Amino acid sequence: MIISIASGKGGTGKTTVAVNMALSIKDVQILDCDVEEPNVHILLQPKINETKPVYISTPLVNQEKCDHCGKCSEFCEFNALFVTPEEILFFPELCTSCGGCMLVCPKNAITEKNVKIGVVKKGVTKSMELVYGELNVGKPMAIPVIKDVKKQINNSKTVIVDSPPGASCPVIESVHGSDYCLLVSEPTPFGLHDLKIMVQVLEGLGIPFGVIINRAGIGDKEIYDFCEEKDAPILLEIPFQRKIAELYSRGTPFILEMPEWKKKFQLLIDDIKGRIKK
Amino acid sequence: MKQITVLSGKGGTGKTTITASFAVLANDIVIADCDVDAPDLHMLLHPQIMKTQEFKGPKLAVIDKTKCIKCGLCKNSCRFDAINDSIQIDPFSCEGCGVCVVVCPEEAISLQERISGHAFISKTKYGIMSHARLDPGESNSGKLVTMVRNNAQQIAEEENCNLILIDGSPGIGCPVIASVTGIDTGLIVTEPTMSGIHDLDRAIQLLNHFNISPLVCINKYDINRKNTEKIVKFCEKNKAEVTGKISFDPIMTEAMVAGKTVVEHSPDNIVSKEIETTWKKVLSAVNRE
Repeated sequence: MIISIASGKGGTGKTTVAVNMALSIKDVQILDCDVEEPNVHILLQPKINETKPVYISTPLVNQEKCDHCGKCSEFCEFNALFVTPEEILFFPELCTSCGGCMLVCPKNAITEKNVKIGVVKKGVTKSMELVYGELNVGKPMAIPVIKDVKKQINNSKTVIVDSPPGASCPVIESVHGSDYCLLVSEPTPFGLHDLKIMVQVLEGLGIPFGVIINRAGIGDKEIYDFCEEKDAPILLEIPFQRKIAELYSRGTPFILEMPEWKKKFQLLIDDIKGRIKK
Repeated sequence: MKQITVLSGKGGTGKTTITASFAVLANDIVIADCDVDAPDLHMLLHPQIMKTQEFKGPKLAVIDKTKCIKCGLCKNSCRFDAINDSIQIDPFSCEGCGVCVVVCPEEAISLQERISGHAFISKTKYGIMSHARLDPGESNSGKLVTMVRNNAQQIAEEENCNLILIDGSPGIGCPVIASVTGIDTGLIVTEPTMSGIHDLDRAIQLLNHFNISPLVCINKYDINRKNTEKIVKFCEKNKAEVTGKISFDPIMTEAMVAGKTVVEHSPDNIVSKEIETTWKKVLSAVNRE
């Protein structure tokens, strides 16, 4: 069973939910797909036992074979190649590694080379396996790192996937293939606005979802009306408490000091299992 | 013309609430919301849209079923796993690269344009605002960010504004890189949590990578004063000027619920005063650049 956690708006408590949920159950693997700013490992302090590089392929032009016909730059939808009579200019930040330039080159002048854009780290804590990705600073493309993190999914376990904020391609890649998605939001106009966007995304993908309201008690009540209207179940509410915020600020998952929450997260998992079966 | 981007690395640190207040405090600016997949600034600044433009994102491969012989060459050549065993294209995965078009022996596939979002130019009480909305789940947000920034620059030139205030998105990837290339100053809004510190480090590295001098604002600094001290020391070491500390106060959320910036909602509140002081320091740092 794969449960992903997303939010639209950043900072609503995705990682808090993912980590506390993972600490409440057995046989669990946690994946941090927020490869731009991974935080799960900060709360769990795993022992890292494997680090794998993540590469993307980019074209390498053999200048001797190339006759500057321009077919590659004509083909490239992303304008990553620019051919002049004297030379070929390549803009790596625009390349999506589709491999098309290599296919269309009539002189077989293009091969590919690997460029490292990040790493995938695997580790363990007392109770779980953890996998997270880290995009190198200055590299724009998070997707290949997310894909490599997801290759490590261990289907014999309950898999919890922490997603990045937003609602565009990195989020799609992270939640893709999950059996259920938990949307963590907060009862504020920003929280609601971005929740609505994520609901549209999940409806488009056909992934069943439920809502967790974090910092319940602040803001307003409109998020509750929206969930009722959309028939989106509110599976858990975490109240706004200074203690929870302080524990988070120190990097401590709150169930470690508020064990009464363990049961609530176990019930949450059972609830999700029931909903998936339906 | 100067450009300043408010970014954070970590999401939810208060970028947008602080940027909105800056917009109210500033004079003669153009505002740009570069968080195009979850934009929130409009909820505080209430722009009136004057002009809407279509954003053409990556194209979409479309298969002509009457020509397709299901040979599977397209599926095997697609590096984005966008074609399934029944030779159907998943629009969420298709990058619009055109490899399938080239390999298809029956010329059954073509690329079609798709509208992935819209860019807007709007009027607000505080200046012209350039913003956008990427359709949910679409890709290429970096390109739309660039469109928003180009619009903002054009307006700034026309209106003789000498400052563009840009609200960025969380993270350090494609849309954030598009929000910071070529700017004069980046203001990183952080919070005194372990995650906040980790993400601040990467955000500073990102700005350094593009030779942009980093400024830092510590939001909710009083929820963990020890961590705030850590951040101050860390910034000293990394030559990032701390231009402000802002207290944690529920008034921020109350103002948001009222659809107002905190400096308009509660101008006498300590938080509003702290934001004002921060803005003054940011401005003088920008003018030094």
